[in-house]
Parts: sequence; structure tokens; C-alpha cells
Amino acid sequence: MLLGPSLGVSAILFSLGVAGVLFRRNAIVVFMCIELMLNAVNLSFVALAQQLGREGQVIVFFVMAVAAAEAAVGLAIMIGIYRHKSSVNVKEFNLLRG
Amino acid sequence: MTQLVVFWIFGGVAIGSAFLCITRRSPVVSALWLVSTLFALAGIYVLLEAQFIAAVQVLVYAGAIMVLFLFVIMLLNLGRRGPSDMIGWVGRLVVLAIGGVLVVELWVLRQVMPAAELRLPAGSITRFVEEQGAVGAISEPLFRGFLIPFEITSLLLLAAIVGAVVLAKRQL
Repeated sequence: MLLGPSLGVSAILFSLGVAGVLFRRNAIVVFMCIELMLNAVNLSFVALAQQLGREGQVIVFFVMAVAAAEAAVGLAIMIGIYRHKSSVNVKEFNLLRG
Repeated sequence: MTQLVVFWIFGGVAIGSAFLCITRRSPVVSALWLVSTLFALAGIYVLLEAQFIAAVQVLVYAGAIMVLFLFVIMLLNLGRRGPSDMIGWVGRLVVLAIGGVLVVELWVLRQVMPAAELRLPAGSITRFVEEQGAVGAISEPLFRGFLIPFEITSLLLLAAIVGAVVLAKRQL
């Protein structure tokens, strides 16, 4: 019964995450928007798990583990970049530019 | 009916907080609105009969990951007021258009419902939870069908720990 509304909320949250990634230049906020997108996908997994079997909930578990690993490594990179540039603005991230 | 009303309360809070998260200037305020979104999502998970996932959502996402974010924001002293990091007006319109198109696409995709043969009989998740408990209902497929992915996850976390230390340390 809640499948349709859940997928709708998930769609809106995912789009807000994409919009945030494009809209902001602060790398930490961009990271938070990526977490938002991962959560939107988790929501659709849980909603579909109710109809198609509990394996969907297991996948959510793995997504959370990957998100935690990604946040830890990403924020460590952020600290490293801040040390070089004294800024976390994505416009100034040009170390890999030839 | 009550379920749907509660769902839309949580859903509205989640969407509103997510919108505020991407539009507030201060990263600290953004992070706190994101915590609000994550809590609302935990509420929705309970309504969708995923009680254990809801508990893990609060502990891992709203707890651990957001504390890590706030910790880094405060470590880098980004909480103070600076120039806006948002893109200009033309860019905002482009973002609005892209976001709108994405919402419409996903909304259309939502109409495609899974085939009737694939669906479980109604209320089968409730039955699993009643028979095995909220944790048992998820741990059985986790440790039977997904045992090797589960073990590989521990390797992933180990690699992430080592990577974070190597990247963030000034010299080893």
C-alpha cells in the first residue's frame, strides 16, 4: 500500500540530492548530498523489499557499510586538500588538471 | 489510512529538510537538516516493516556518519560566515530544470509495478517478523544467502580505515 508513495518520496529525495551536488561548491555539502542520494535509494530498496522479499533489506545493510567507508575516506581526502589549499571549494580542486 | 497520514508526515519532513539542507549557506546548518531527513527516513522504514534497518539508520547514519561530518566541518573551521558557495542565477535555473526533469523521469518510472508473479503474498514480511523477530527476519537471509558479501564488507571497512589514516596523517 505504501509502495507507490515511498517510491515517490525516494524520487524527490534523489532529485534533491542531484540538484544539491550541482548547486553547491562546498565539497562537504556535496558529500552530504551524495549521502542524501544513497538514502533515497535505500528507501526504494526497503519499500520494494516489502513486496519482493527481505533480501532488499539486506542490500540496504551493504549500502550503509559502503556509505560509511566512503564518508571516512572522502572526509580524509577533504582534510588533505584543505591542508594544501586552505579551502574546500570544488572550483579550486585542480590538482589533477594537466 | 492512519498509516498513510503518518507516512506523509514523515515524508514531508524528509523532503522539506532535504530541501533546506541543500539551500542553507552554513555547512553546519546543512548537516543538521540532513540529520532531520535521516530521522524522518527511519520513521518511514518502521512504517515499511523494516524496524531493524530503522534502528541501524539512526545509529549509523544519524549517529556515526553525521558526527563524522560535523567533526570535519568544525575541525576545518568552516562554520563561520564566508562568501556564498552556491552557483549563480543561470546555473540555478539549469539545476532546477535538471532536477525537474529527473523527478518527472523517476515519477514515470514509478508507474511500472513489479509483476504479480514476483510479489510475495500480502503481509509475508509481517509474518517473518512475528515468527523470527525483527532482527531474525533480516539476519537469516544475511547469513545464509549473503555470507560472502558480508565477509567482504569487513575487508572494505578495514581498507577504509587504513585509507583514512594514510590520507589524513601528515606523515606516517
